[in-house]
Amino acid sequence: MSVDGPSAKPVHRPDHPQSVGYTRAKRAVFFDQGQPLALEAGGRLSPVEIEYETYGRLSPSKDNAILICHALTGDAHAAGWDQSPEGPLRGYRKDKPGWWDEVIGPGKPVDTRRFFVICANVLGSCYGSTGPMSLNPATGRPYGLSFPVVTVGDWAKTSFLLLDRLGIDSLYAVVGGSMGGQQALEMALDWPDRVRRLIILSAAGRITAQGLSFNSVARHSIAGDPNFNGGDYYGGPPPLKGLAAARMLAHITYLSEESMGCKFGRRLQDKNTPDFTLTGVEFEVESYLKHQGESFVRRYDANSYLYITRAMDYYDAAVWGEGDMVKAASRILARTLVVSFSSDWLFPPELCRELVAAMCRSGRPVTYVDVPSRYGHDAFLVETETVSRLLDSFLKN
Amino acid sequence: MIKSNETKPSLDELKAFAADHIDASLVARMMELMANGEAGPDLSGGRWQDQVILSELPPGASVLDLGCGEGELLAELIRDLGVRGQGVELDPLAVMKSIDRGVPVLNIDLDRGLDVFADQTFDYVILESTLQTLKAPLAVLTEMLRVGRRGIISFPNFGHWRVRFDLTMLGRMPVTRGLPYGWHDTPNIHLFTLADFLDWCLTHQVTSTRGFGLENGRVRPLNPGDNLTIEEALLFLEKCPEGVIE
Repeated sequence: MSVDGPSAKPVHRPDHPQSVGYTRAKRAVFFDQGQPLALEAGGRLSPVEIEYETYGRLSPSKDNAILICHALTGDAHAAGWDQSPEGPLRGYRKDKPGWWDEVIGPGKPVDTRRFFVICANVLGSCYGSTGPMSLNPATGRPYGLSFPVVTVGDWAKTSFLLLDRLGIDSLYAVVGGSMGGQQALEMALDWPDRVRRLIILSAAGRITAQGLSFNSVARHSIAGDPNFNGGDYYGGPPPLKGLAAARMLAHITYLSEESMGCKFGRRLQDKNTPDFTLTGVEFEVESYLKHQGESFVRRYDANSYLYITRAMDYYDAAVWGEGDMVKAASRILARTLVVSFSSDWLFPPELCRELVAAMCRSGRPVTYVDVPSRYGHDAFLVETETVSRLLDSFLKN
Repeated sequence: MIKSNETKPSLDELKAFAADHIDASLVARMMELMANGEAGPDLSGGRWQDQVILSELPPGASVLDLGCGEGELLAELIRDLGVRGQGVELDPLAVMKSIDRGVPVLNIDLDRGLDVFADQTFDYVILESTLQTLKAPLAVLTEMLRVGRRGIISFPNFGHWRVRFDLTMLGRMPVTRGLPYGWHDTPNIHLFTLADFLDWCLTHQVTSTRGFGLENGRVRPLNPGDNLTIEEALLFLEKCPEGVIE
């Protein structure tokens, strides 16, 4: 998800009537005493801290909660303006509102006058929830690669723990795009009667071999950085070059051939003739990707990138049906909306259709929309008008 | 069961038929129908098929509506009869309207098949005024009766006297209430008559258990011989048990 680029759209300042205003991160701590959290991949974790934000008010009957699940490099800051964007990696919040501010707020599709909106940072991330950057209480040093492997299933479980803590039995809706869509799906499969509506944007029950490949190259790039040091780099220079290259690659997968062609074509960067340099920047698209890489490393941790891409890799919703996606889908009780975008090649429409087909074959009603768009995978964040219209309509019924 | 009263004759049979019948009965019949007036006022409210379906379907059925448009029928079926409804619609704007109505809808192309559905998933599969617009109508018909126990199909009848008159007497492509398009902009790319359709049913082990037709703006049960008089037809279809051909 490309939250790094300058936003071309007007943003709502904190005093705008449709902004949720200034926001403050909340923290919930679990497993700080007694047994540690047993993770799906076999690891154990204690304590488990979850950073989350909430907007709007929980109704007395606690039936108006919507959980928003963030994408790969996202965080709990989904809407409004961070009132204290201090701390490592959070400087970018000074210049822009939360990553889905366009759809969350008073009078917006996820209307905070009506809904109590929660967004929680996933385990393994670097935005406040326990992850490789957190201190390991056993050593007093950051976990680094001694952090246990986490999965999408773990994210679903910890999200339910957070809901328990907030006193919420069942969600009005869970909404997620890309990796967030995987988490949303997992929650509807894991605990079907706690999810009344499921909205999945640009996501499916698993990623393709091509998706696995992109993630693999990204991790290869990070692990191959001379500063990587087996993930134990917190006392010294971080593997920024490897992380930047990983982001550059990933960014290509978020766009489409057409959108890159329209935006950059083969234009040279600030010149009419090439310099015939092998390592310098010649083309506009090179400059753009370089900028994406450089701004990304100021806001993300390389180890988190390893853990979270791995979680995406491992995710396969079909495990709920012993490998049979139809059987798995038959578990879902939520009213479901799946949205794909025509030029998305990370979660292509065909892949989203596979999940939809599984639901149909299991006899479940489902709504599926394939939105014509040239913005590739990023469309779920860029095609705000269509996405807003869909969210608004589906959440109203 | 309704059977076709017309068959496809050879050229010799055609000559014999023409010699025996055309002056005597067919033209006379068409003149008579014409004398009774141009197709009468549309008393059906424009949604006669929906009204038939709403009155014929049992409560609680599961229904797949192919080409559900803006989801009006499914919304009513869900609200009034408590059906388990699923729509399929290609047009994105219509899909959005269906979602507004709370109707589950799949934004997929019927011509790409119904592979997303398992066999016999629905009690009824509806295809209203859409068959003649499909690239592969027979494939969709076959699929309908695979994923559903019963099919409900409606279509404009190209055998209606007005259509025949336009084409044979005037030598023009017919433009009627049921077929309102010009030759160049019509979505109707596979036109057929009620008799053609019933022939197909006969040769494909499909029976029509109930039929309704629109004549002069009024809906009535379908009778044999309606190929000349019915503007639009609606049939309930079932696959015959294996080996049984009625």
